[in-house]
Amino acid sequence: MGDSHTCTHGAFGAFAAGVGTTDLEVGILKGVCAFRKPRTIRVEITGTLSEGVYAKDVILHIIGQLGVNGATDRVLEFGGPVVDAMSMDARMTLCNMAIEAGGTCGVCLPDATTVEYLWPFIHDEYPSRDAALEEFRMWHSDPDAIYEDILTFDVSELEPQVTFDFKPDCVSPVSGMQGTPVDQVYIGTCTNGRIEDLRQAAEVLKGRRISENVRGIVSPATPKIFNDALKEGIIQIFMDAGFCVTNPTCGACLGMSNGVLAEGEVCASTSNRNFNGRMGKGGMVHLVSPATAAATAVAGVISDARTL
Amino acid sequence: MKKQFGGPAIVLDRSDINTDEIIPAKYLTEVTKEALKPHILEDLDVKGFDPKAEELKKARVIVTRENFGCGSSREHAPWVFEVNDVHTIIAESYARIFRQNMFNCGMLAIELPREGIDELVDLSKNGDLEVDVDLEAQELIARAGDSQQRFVFDISPFDKALVEAGGWVEYADSRY
Repeated sequence: MGDSHTCTHGAFGAFAAGVGTTDLEVGILKGVCAFRKPRTIRVEITGTLSEGVYAKDVILHIIGQLGVNGATDRVLEFGGPVVDAMSMDARMTLCNMAIEAGGTCGVCLPDATTVEYLWPFIHDEYPSRDAALEEFRMWHSDPDAIYEDILTFDVSELEPQVTFDFKPDCVSPVSGMQGTPVDQVYIGTCTNGRIEDLRQAAEVLKGRRISENVRGIVSPATPKIFNDALKEGIIQIFMDAGFCVTNPTCGACLGMSNGVLAEGEVCASTSNRNFNGRMGKGGMVHLVSPATAAATAVAGVISDARTL
Repeated sequence: MKKQFGGPAIVLDRSDINTDEIIPAKYLTEVTKEALKPHILEDLDVKGFDPKAEELKKARVIVTRENFGCGSSREHAPWVFEVNDVHTIIAESYARIFRQNMFNCGMLAIELPREGIDELVDLSKNGDLEVDVDLEAQELIARAGDSQQRFVFDISPFDKALVEAGGWVEYADSRY
């Protein structure tokens, strides 16, 4: 707990919520943390994601429908065939932005994908993966669980999504934003700085150069991801494309370092907040998936990676 | 120690005012609350609001709309109000983390329904708005010019206890 994007850990089935300094302090000192009992909204994600459409596009679309305070004091429980098919990296992206709808937490129910991801860390604790899975099932919602609401999103027709304006619920299909010039592309952060995100961007960038009008910055989210990206040759692809590769950092997302926008500049970013001034006073941020970010870097204008 | 509530009020007539607008992230490297003081709401873009105006320096209460304090969990947001002696916020609704941070700092995040905020906004057009807070009675008296209006508000017993104690640390110290 701590940072507001602590809700990312809901991807593992945990109740994980951001808190301020005092809650953190009392939690550490006394082992106590107080929350208003949240109500739960079930978010059923159905259909099949088209090629080139990712978890980031799904969550931006959902936030666009819920609004920036549509889930305040609520837990968003993500489920359905699309979530079942998602990797842990994708589920983390989904849960990461629950807070952008005001949610206390976003959760995915733990399954075989969760166990597989966690196995290197928990293999001493369970005789087998099946045994771990059996125990994790205990954390599933009861069949008769009471939800405040059950929302269904069929994402089969979903296009890549892009935000406009200064609130994360101002969301448009990429086709509606196509051609918007950008000065910077930022790939990384707790939303989209994981290895799968870097692979998706690298797939678009391979054999291409970014526009000479664009600063491309990539920041793998952790040293491990950085190292994995190095071994897979992904860092080389980013560098060959003309990206600047930085250390793991929150960096430009909140206008702290490595890509702070100047007055009037526009950035396509894989981060989670497009607040006025967030990445630098007078700057405009468009939130996108890593694939859309990469395509935008190449074209110099907001672009759909599927038709680059 | 329990804080002082109420006093001269300003209206920020906009929803979704976020933590970056309350205190920009570039000041998070400061190591004292006092250093945040001059930067209160400095990037906020609301019609008729000037962060450098005298009204903000005199203000002890902020009246605003929905989803106040959305965004980051940074407690610097309530702190920048605290060091400017703004201990009372009256809004239609709050983002959860900001609301809890306010109570945790022993400050009041009061919720009124939209009609209540509409009435306060209207009242402020009659002159300088002043709000008295009676926490015990859960009642506000707002005055501007010759007009006066009374509002009742809800607060959970737990949040009220945090405010009475002066914050979550003080409350937790006395209980656990």
